[in-house]
Amino acid sequence: MAIRRIFVANRGEIAVRIIRTCRALGIQTVLAASTADRDSLPTRLADRTVCIGPPRPSESYLRVETIVEAARATHCDAIHPGYGFLSERAALAKLCEEEGVIFIGPTAAQIETVGDKLRARSTAQAAQVPVVPGGAVSGIDAAVELAQSIGVPLLVKAVGGGGGRGMKRVDRLEDFPAAMELASAEAGAAFGDARVYLERFIASGRHVEVQVLGDGHGHVIHLGERDCSVQRRYQKLVEETPAPRLPEPLCRALHEAAVRFSEWISYRGAGTVEFLVDREREAFYFLEMNARIQVEHPVTELVTGLDLIAEQIAIASGAGLRLTQSAVHRHGCAIECRVNAEDPANDFRPSPGVVREVSWPEGEGVRVDTHIVTGSRVPPFYDSLMAKIVAYGPDRATALERLRNAISATRVSGISTNLSFHAVALADTEFQAGGMDTGFVARLLERVPPMTEKTRRD
Amino acid sequence: MNLTAAEVVEIMRLVESSHFEELSLELNGTKLNLRRGGGPVEDSPLQRPRAAALPATPAPRPAPSQQPTKPTTADPSLHEVTAPLLGTFYRAPKPGAPAFVEQGSAVESDTVIGIIEVMKLMNTVRAGVRGTVVEIFSGDGALVEFGETILRIAKSG
Repeated sequence: MAIRRIFVANRGEIAVRIIRTCRALGIQTVLAASTADRDSLPTRLADRTVCIGPPRPSESYLRVETIVEAARATHCDAIHPGYGFLSERAALAKLCEEEGVIFIGPTAAQIETVGDKLRARSTAQAAQVPVVPGGAVSGIDAAVELAQSIGVPLLVKAVGGGGGRGMKRVDRLEDFPAAMELASAEAGAAFGDARVYLERFIASGRHVEVQVLGDGHGHVIHLGERDCSVQRRYQKLVEETPAPRLPEPLCRALHEAAVRFSEWISYRGAGTVEFLVDREREAFYFLEMNARIQVEHPVTELVTGLDLIAEQIAIASGAGLRLTQSAVHRHGCAIECRVNAEDPANDFRPSPGVVREVSWPEGEGVRVDTHIVTGSRVPPFYDSLMAKIVAYGPDRATALERLRNAISATRVSGISTNLSFHAVALADTEFQAGGMDTGFVARLLERVPPMTEKTRRD
Repeated sequence: MNLTAAEVVEIMRLVESSHFEELSLELNGTKLNLRRGGGPVEDSPLQRPRAAALPATPAPRPAPSQQPTKPTTADPSLHEVTAPLLGTFYRAPKPGAPAFVEQGSAVESDTVIGIIEVMKLMNTVRAGVRGTVVEIFSGDGALVEFGETILRIAKSG
């Protein structure tokens, strides 16, 4: 069925991004906005904006019924959830299915499968995709036995956790029983699910993920990988493609594993399969699947020339995959920096406020995805992402040089940003060599003097 | 002693008819904070952003007022009933039935003036003040946004 009007159930730069593609495709947009976002850039770009509630996400962007009601009442054919908020809530996909509104994303059942870490893990095993040595535990005796077979260091992880939350590292086996009990109690309190599982702790791991597109009928293609190892407390800061210095056979095996996993569940839409690459063993393990468009999708777009939002919409409208694997060509390199409203000089503390003056970079190979213009407000209720500055080049050195120039040409005043962190990270010899593990940011912050703010807060 | 709902309503009325903006009352652990006209007004309006600052994005349309609400009035004798949530507004309890209120209807603060449906869940909307309905903005079956003015009441007594 043709999609003529899309309800954008998100805010910020991804709302702008979705609206931009809709405009190019001649699709009308209705945007959901909380009272805190009533004057935001996306509201000026959308054909219509409806106010869905007060600033607090639980009273606006996270209200499944309100979103579907608003979409229905404004005669939208489909809902695009963006990332975060309701994008991976099976309840929204389910209500859409019941109400006959197209959900631009996977089925509710697929969201449930990949959202439960244990189910995702067993699905990966069934699809012959390697997982980190470990497994589910029930009962302390079996758990101790499993811990012994995995060896230390190991991680006790909450089934309902994620993004680094609900995780305990155990370095000595004698500490294991107490850590296990504590982790389970904490998981029950924090996530309402006391189930935990064990995993070997990979000392030197890279975070590499594979972008896939599936038609929902078992056909899946991949659009290459992204290296997202530059993370601080599990929050990605810099992403790039291709993954530098990743041995070609390993890289190919990653792509194939991602496709195999997605085919196994007949995945529908755009998704990302995340892997941990063990640098010492030259092995890789399935981490999780993200059943949505990701923040870092632009690097993939720049090297493939594809518009991932347009592909999402095509799949949702029933057009299936519009290209075969052999028609996917990747050229050159792309690197992205996430510009956040946070202060590197103060332990990356969030820095909401009003942007007094902003000037984003332009130039060959440079792309900026943002919702921030002069006078924009960064409300304290939402995540601090202000913009993604992305640079493309025929090779990594060129892309990196363009990105460094772009970062230094960026001016933001009124609030603090992490631009100074990016300037330092991109200039670092370890980053320039490429292929670092996820410990890079911690090492970097130890060896560079405390970062001073480039911007002044008056 | 505890405050009954009727007493709270009475206090609200007294505050509304007084020249005070705010009232804080504490009685045996019961706290009541009242402020006339809702929350504080948003601070100075944002400067209109410049389209040129965003190269990769299509130019914004000349912005119509983003406020979905109807023109507000500063007249303190008028009370605006706004939508407490987004949904489909119904003026009557069921199709074909007489409307809850019409222009000129006398209302008490607990009089139901309409229903907002969100995914088959019905939420009643009450007048909030005693008075007379002077203007009705939202049509039957229309989408009302959060904070949108549904109708206006001339307060009495």
